[in-house]
Amino acid sequence: MTTQTATAGLQEQGGTDFKKVAVWIASVGIWFLPLLWIDPTTYAVLTVAGLAMGMLIFLTASGLTLIFGLMDVLNLAHGAFFVWGAYVGFSLLGALQKVGWVEGAGAAQSISSVLLCLLAALVVGGLMGIVLEKMLVRLTYGSHLKQILITMGASLILVEILKVVWSPNDEVVIVPAAFQGSWDIMDVIITKFRVVAIVVGLAVLGGIQLVMMRTKLGIIVRAGVENKEVVETLGYNIRRVFTGVFCAGAALAAVGGTMWSIFKEQIHPAMGEENLIFALIVVIIGGMGSVTGSFLGAIMVGLAFNYVAYTMPPLALGANIMIMAVILLIRPTGLMGKE
Amino acid sequence: MAEPILSLTKVHTYIEQHHILQGVDLSFMPGRATVLLGRNGAGKSTTLRTVMGLTPASSGDIVLKGRAVQAMKPYEVAKQGVGFVPEDQAVLYTLSVEENFRLAMLNENETTWARMETIFQLFPDMKKFWRSKAGVLSGGQKQMLAIARAFVNDHDLLLIDEPSKGLAPIVVDHLIESINHIKNHTTVILVEQNFYMASHIGVDYFILDDGRTVHQGLMADLVHDEGLKQKYLGIA
Ligand SMILES: Nc1ncnc2c1ncn2[C@@H]1O[C@H](COP(=O)(O)OP(=O)(O)O)[C@@H](O)[C@H]1O
Ligand SMILES: [Mg+2]
Repeated sequence: MTTQTATAGLQEQGGTDFKKVAVWIASVGIWFLPLLWIDPTTYAVLTVAGLAMGMLIFLTASGLTLIFGLMDVLNLAHGAFFVWGAYVGFSLLGALQKVGWVEGAGAAQSISSVLLCLLAALVVGGLMGIVLEKMLVRLTYGSHLKQILITMGASLILVEILKVVWSPNDEVVIVPAAFQGSWDIMDVIITKFRVVAIVVGLAVLGGIQLVMMRTKLGIIVRAGVENKEVVETLGYNIRRVFTGVFCAGAALAAVGGTMWSIFKEQIHPAMGEENLIFALIVVIIGGMGSVTGSFLGAIMVGLAFNYVAYTMPPLALGANIMIMAVILLIRPTGLMGKE
Repeated sequence: MAEPILSLTKVHTYIEQHHILQGVDLSFMPGRATVLLGRNGAGKSTTLRTVMGLTPASSGDIVLKGRAVQAMKPYEVAKQGVGFVPEDQAVLYTLSVEENFRLAMLNENETTWARMETIFQLFPDMKKFWRSKAGVLSGGQKQMLAIARAFVNDHDLLLIDEPSKGLAPIVVDHLIESINHIKNHTTVILVEQNFYMASHIGVDYFILDDGRTVHQGLMADLVHDEGLKQKYLGIA
């Protein structure tokens, strides 16, 4: 019985096997290639930095990919959720600093401060997501042009409001005491908050995978990515599912914004758009609609950005666009996109 | 006479600017399997899709168990107790067979899981491939999954669109057997071009042509009516 299942599976996949293996070797190879010109210690530092950056990009990209996969909606307002999350976290950190929780306090306060900021960003991002979906995005179903115009417009307005509420200038973000500084492990300098970023990223990935693979909601979302009409005729209101996914995606982007602001120790109003570019690259590399694809894409982009930025700084973003182009040449639907 | 479980009165449907259904009148009696016949392009699939709310009717009445459903969304129609098996065996390839069933189960309770036992008896392959991705199933198995999936909810009405399409005769025989079993529990409305299958399942029939109802009667009579078969179905 099981052997039959297995052979049926193999036969079906046989044709694409070679391409798949090639893509996998290429994606793993990128990790080690820089060792040819970067010394191992620096390589290790850059790798940690790249992984941390990748995890944070993943927070934005995971929502973006599901929003596109499920309803075919191009959401360019995703950067606005990110930057709003960053500023909400920044304000709350400022408030917590006044009560002495951020600098010069123990590990418990540091951890609580970060968690509180993430929670605040999550709530604000989620609420913004629901409002935007119900008020605007809903009107654009089926038209990519409308989606681009309306979500870009919404994004501009949200960022302008943000400049009025806070300020149009760069602000310094205080890193909670326990996460300041770095560890030195055999000459490899590991910034503490990078490790936090990696842990948070992995936790979010685990959470998303748990929901997607183990719950009925996850089955509905995955089915919706494949075929909305079938899901509707089986008795599910796909629009409501979509509003939920949009809300969760916005919340995750906002969490990503807060994490990013502490990671970079500074914030500015344009950081949303900057991050959106990375997230879009990641979504395209990973394949529209695939969370796992986005995760792999984000790691690749984070690593490549850091290796190239160390070697030839001006080429860092260009290198990512190159990777995207190469992957699309080999697999037009991205690493894990539906064919 | 009993109330029909589903009736369509003067139903018109447009797809974009095309006037596809131009006055469809149908009524289906509970417990009587009915076949919708008609040439390719006659409007059979569109009729089922209109009932489901996928291509909403622009005018006319659709009444399901005494309730007007023509303005309902597909998910609302489904919740009224209608199972739908679309023309292209729309199983979800990236989901396992198990997940396809769980998706279809509106209530994942003991009664539903008990029905799975019946389904496994009718379609043993579903058990065999339970954990496989639906994408690896053969055409016939996909069709069985699509039908079995619609049967899992104890719906009163099952709409099945051309299940025999592209399947080998032996698989068609298995499908006939299974649908004849299902039809003891659920009212089946079957769209079918394969007259062999249609005549082995249907009790009543309707013929559609050019988006209109043109004929109706008992399947047992149609089998011998060479003139009618020739005129509307192109069967000599
Ligand atoms: N999406 C569509 N756009 C335009 N015309 C369509 C569309 N779908 C179906 N039609 C037309 O509607 C008519 C009826 O189609 P259909 O209901 O699929 O017929 P049947 O199932 O009886 O073969 C056909 O002439 C077909 O070309
Ligand atoms: Mg058809």
